Amino acid sequence: MQNRELIIEAGRTERLYWKDLWNYRELFYFLAWRDILVRYKQTVIGILWALLRPLLIMLVFTIVFGKIAKLPSEGVPYPILIFAAMLPWQFFANAFSESSNSLLDNANLISKVYFPRLVIPTSSIIVSFVDFLISGIILVGLMLWYNFWPSWRLIALPALIFVAFAAAMGAGLWISALNVKYRDFRYIVPFIVQFGLYISPVGFSSSVVPEQYRIFYSINPMVGVIDGFRWAILGTDVPFYLPGFLLSIGLVAVLLVGGLWFFRKTERTFADII
Amino acid sequence: MSDTIIQVENLGKKYLIKHQQHGGYTALRDVIADKVKSFAKKITFQWNHKQSSTYSTTEEFWALKDISFKVNQGEVVGIIGRNGAGKSTLLKILSRITEPTEGSIRINGRVASLLEVGTGFHPELTGRENVFLNGAILGMGKAEIKRKFDEIVAFSEIEKFLDTPVKRYSSGMYIRLAFAVAAHLEPDILVIDEVLAVGDAAFQKKCLGKMRDVARKGRTVLFVSHNMGAIRQLCRTGLLLESGMLIGNGRVGSVVEKYISDLTRGSGCHWITAEDPTIPLQVLEIYSSNSKNQMCDMFDLSDRIKIVIRHRCCEEMIASVVLVSVFRNGVELLHVFDTDVHTDRLTKRLVGIYTDEIELPKRLFKAGNITISIRTGIVNKLTTFQDVNDVISFSIEEIHENTSFKGYAANRTGVLMATPVWKNIKFSVDSLDSDRNR
Repeated sequence: MQNRELIIEAGRTERLYWKDLWNYRELFYFLAWRDILVRYKQTVIGILWALLRPLLIMLVFTIVFGKIAKLPSEGVPYPILIFAAMLPWQFFANAFSESSNSLLDNANLISKVYFPRLVIPTSSIIVSFVDFLISGIILVGLMLWYNFWPSWRLIALPALIFVAFAAAMGAGLWISALNVKYRDFRYIVPFIVQFGLYISPVGFSSSVVPEQYRIFYSINPMVGVIDGFRWAILGTDVPFYLPGFLLSIGLVAVLLVGGLWFFRKTERTFADII
Repeated sequence: MSDTIIQVENLGKKYLIKHQQHGGYTALRDVIADKVKSFAKKITFQWNHKQSSTYSTTEEFWALKDISFKVNQGEVVGIIGRNGAGKSTLLKILSRITEPTEGSIRINGRVASLLEVGTGFHPELTGRENVFLNGAILGMGKAEIKRKFDEIVAFSEIEKFLDTPVKRYSSGMYIRLAFAVAAHLEPDILVIDEVLAVGDAAFQKKCLGKMRDVARKGRTVLFVSHNMGAIRQLCRTGLLLESGMLIGNGRVGSVVEKYISDLTRGSGCHWITAEDPTIPLQVLEIYSSNSKNQMCDMFDLSDRIKIVIRHRCCEEMIASVVLVSVFRNGVELLHVFDTDVHTDRLTKRLVGIYTDEIELPKRLFKAGNITISIRTGIVNKLTTFQDVNDVISFSIEEIHENTSFKGYAANRTGVLMATPVWKNIKFSVDSLDSDRNR
């Protein structure tokens, strides 16, 4: 028998919370593994579906924004311009929706077993990350097709992925915790995702936004992430708008830290009200 | 061996019950609407100079209050009490699912809780995949599951279907696999809630055996059940809860006795409930009656005992059953479906209200406290519509018969008094005696 003593008391904030989270890392792997298995088992075409969706959206956007509206393409093929933005946006949108609904989807676990609840929204993001990697293949294909070579800036990509991860996580933590108490928050999520696609620079380059409004435009945290992705992947000499990027990063950090705080605060009542 | 492993002090858990609930959960629009309403009321009340003390939508409810006890290492503790007595809340706090409102618990060692069989099973995944998933959810590591995998599969007896998605399993297979995973947990403290209520008799027996093994290995087990037989068999000490209070703590025999005597005193021989349109198949009323068709809570050994049960069916369904379980001193003696006799109801139960009279065979049970539990649901599926334990109770007494020389006297072992047909086929006078007589 270990001499580890556990004390359960009212309002006792777990001092070992983060250590506990580490102890439950295997559960994290298993939940992510389950979500991935289920996702690719349920649909007949499985992985193909993850490829098809972004491909179709890219096609539509290329025709609407590139061919009909004739927006500037920064000197790169329009499909690549769109796809470089599609990647982080799709990742954010999927991860955000998945994690927002994750607690309700796993309500039976929450009311029957103890584990740090943070495991659920974080592991649910992993599925979206797999989708992200798969659609990354399309981008590679597109680049080969257009004979387009990326520059050294590609090494910044992992850091940018991390920012997208943090943005999805921060927003997901807020909505998932609120969802437990107020079920109508789940109707907000599809709205944010749909709305966000149009106010983020996915179908067009953010250089079309007038210079004096760009800092306001960057209040949408995904603007910084998407611009960063384009900068790293396309390697064009479009000037990088640093103040906007820093603002986006700062807002992501606030969102994430706030989300963690709110989640931790409400976590202990989840089992009672879910 | 007698060092304290769990120490609970003045534990309490308070819930707030909202009286205006819309479909079981809160929606933000309702919260906003309520706020606006109460604000509007405040204004109008001020206007009318009335008191606003009537407006209160929440009520406090203590699910547990002032619970203190100790559990020593290697002890098997049975937790008993009626529905809503706070047993499940206590287990939930012990397994850290929910926090107490007051008091504290000190635990020395790893706790694994089993509040439900197959928590986290995913219907789309195969048996093999679910073993790993469920194991991880219950707190096992990947290496640990791999090591015990063969043992788990052997225990569950479903080797052939390991790579079939569990959605194609029968409910029996599902439960066997789920329990097999849980049975191979190796925590210091195991917390179990009523998991034996499911599965067929043979499997229940196997589970009980497994739990006895666990206990024998020096692990501490906390076990909730309505099955007094299992409690008596497995546990050494018992905790009795009633309305959130601990009213009994000690040797399992005396605690079970206390529970049963409280039960008989409390619930009476007549139970009636309001119609609930959300329950498709609902028992509305049940009572015990004597041969003169009068409600009766005390019978003589030789009396005819009848149980009248009225149930309502709201929608035509197949394979639905009304279960009546008869317990004597907490041990289940009879488990009958209404469809055992009325087989037509099994194929198709028509919408309507049914009043049935069940007549127990005469001179079947020995003297003791009889309690009845009812359940409605779909047979062989895990669907339960209504489940009420100890819904009515009555006693059988040795009034007109002196049983002191009888084998079926209440204080002897054995549960039935039904006397077998005992014929003497041959009698021969002993040869030695006959010699002497000559």
